[in-house]
Amino acid sequence: MSQEIKDILQAADPANVATINFGPTHPSTHGIFQNILKVDGEKIISSEQTVGYIHRAFEKLAERRPYNQITPITDRLNYCSSPINNIGWEMTVEKLIGVDIPKRVQYMRVIIMELARIADHLICNSVIGVDAGALTSFFYPFSEREKIYELYEEMSGARLTTNMGRIGGFERDFTPVFHQKLQSFLKTFPKAFEEFDSMLARNRIFMDRTKGAGPISAERALSYSFSGPNLRAAGIDYDVRVMSPYSSYEDFDFIIPVGVNGDTYDRFMVRQEEIRQSLRIIEQAYKNLPEGDYKADLPDFYLPAKSDVYNNMEALIYHFKIVMGETELPVGEVYHAVEGGNGELGYYLISDGGRTPYRLQFRRPCFIYYQAYPEMIKGLPISDAVLTLSSINVIAGELDA
Amino acid sequence: MEKQNNQEYLTAVQAAFGADVLAHEEAFGMLNIEMTPSRIHDAIQWLQQHQDLSVNYLTNIAGVHYPESVGREFAVVYQLHSWKNNLRLRIKGYLPKENLHIATITDLFAGANWMERETYDFFGIIFDGHPDLRRILNMDDMDYFPMRKEYVLEDATREDKDDRFFGRNNNEL
Repeated sequence: MSQEIKDILQAADPANVATINFGPTHPSTHGIFQNILKVDGEKIISSEQTVGYIHRAFEKLAERRPYNQITPITDRLNYCSSPINNIGWEMTVEKLIGVDIPKRVQYMRVIIMELARIADHLICNSVIGVDAGALTSFFYPFSEREKIYELYEEMSGARLTTNMGRIGGFERDFTPVFHQKLQSFLKTFPKAFEEFDSMLARNRIFMDRTKGAGPISAERALSYSFSGPNLRAAGIDYDVRVMSPYSSYEDFDFIIPVGVNGDTYDRFMVRQEEIRQSLRIIEQAYKNLPEGDYKADLPDFYLPAKSDVYNNMEALIYHFKIVMGETELPVGEVYHAVEGGNGELGYYLISDGGRTPYRLQFRRPCFIYYQAYPEMIKGLPISDAVLTLSSINVIAGELDA
Repeated sequence: MEKQNNQEYLTAVQAAFGADVLAHEEAFGMLNIEMTPSRIHDAIQWLQQHQDLSVNYLTNIAGVHYPESVGREFAVVYQLHSWKNNLRLRIKGYLPKENLHIATITDLFAGANWMERETYDFFGIIFDGHPDLRRILNMDDMDYFPMRKEYVLEDATREDKDDRFFGRNNNEL
């Protein structure tokens, strides 16, 4: 804590301290979070968060559902980047059952996951703009996100809660429309993105507002088990994609951007650069997309084609067995982590061989780093608390599970 | 410096904590070490401060309920990560249902605060020394711990699905 903040806290006269509610429903919380702030004038002396407003007991639900029915639950964690959650879960199950995933599937997954990361970061960064008073820059990226949603739609039929992919691969190969839309996205997105970037990144007003807002040091961020862009903004280059590569991330050339001060501006800039890097990864993966099947050879888990189910007894049996969750599973414990939009998204799965997980725990990055929020906003004005909240990108679904 | 592997970690922990290392296994490449619950805090502190092992990151804390194993009904699982060696490991402690106490590690990792509150909220495990052990995701006046296995999710009296045919006997727990 800097001397300046210490002085503010010491100078606070108890008679002037007011207790106010920031949330649970407030336009700038972007979700249902309550923060009870103690303020002296504009300065925050202390704060306390209440979480759990949209707790839906996912871990309990998962104990009653066959593995393929858990994918839709994961959609609703960080709903700004559902495909990463879906694919992370599928890879966890694949790790448990031990299956070789074709290279093509891995590259397809990388493309989808990086698209999801772009969509996630675009929303987060444009919302930082809104909270600093720049509404126009919020509308620009929406037409780009729309294009990403059209790509999701082409692959899964859904736009927000995608339920993307299956255990063992994808439900379908990239369709001709997907190819055409992805190519046009790769062509038009960089220009639109740089336009968005030029509105904020070197904007004097935006920089003055965001620099020094909600800083956290590297040591504190590490102690709080931060991950993802928030940790990297504090200067630590930890990225699951590099540390423990999954789905062939080791094949791609990209950098991990880091910040210095861990404040709102650094978090914004880290996300901006990550979007550029994600685009690079997509370009590399798409250019080198291997030939092959869009699914692994996994008859025990991957639903047979409908045409076979209607005409072939064997396929019908498999279809029923998979839908009823009557497949033998190994006993064991696995932990698999992916780099989600907000950091290390982990699945800790304990299987007792039954049709449902014995225990499934989600390591939700939002839940873990949101506890540092009071420390980050101490001594700052309320307007900076608003900016800090949007720049750490707390997503209610992931926070409360 | 050579990167340390699972075996070297295990040997080092065994050498330092001897009889408190109760069991170990390697599950899907990840080292699992079961320890005496009262020594887990010290073990994590030792791992964190160790020059070579350098376990610097707390990934998560999970509770697990095993109602059928008498005397060790509840497990607390700490997943840790050493960035220096890029090695993940699990430390587990089993607690009997009569005495659900284990020392907090909030003094070692600030981030353990909410992870422990969540584990308390769902399983009722009490982390001694925790600065603020309250429910977190559920409402404050809830009077049970919902992730325990005796609370089945679906209505046990329903008749549309017959558990007997699937080997599911959740109702007996």
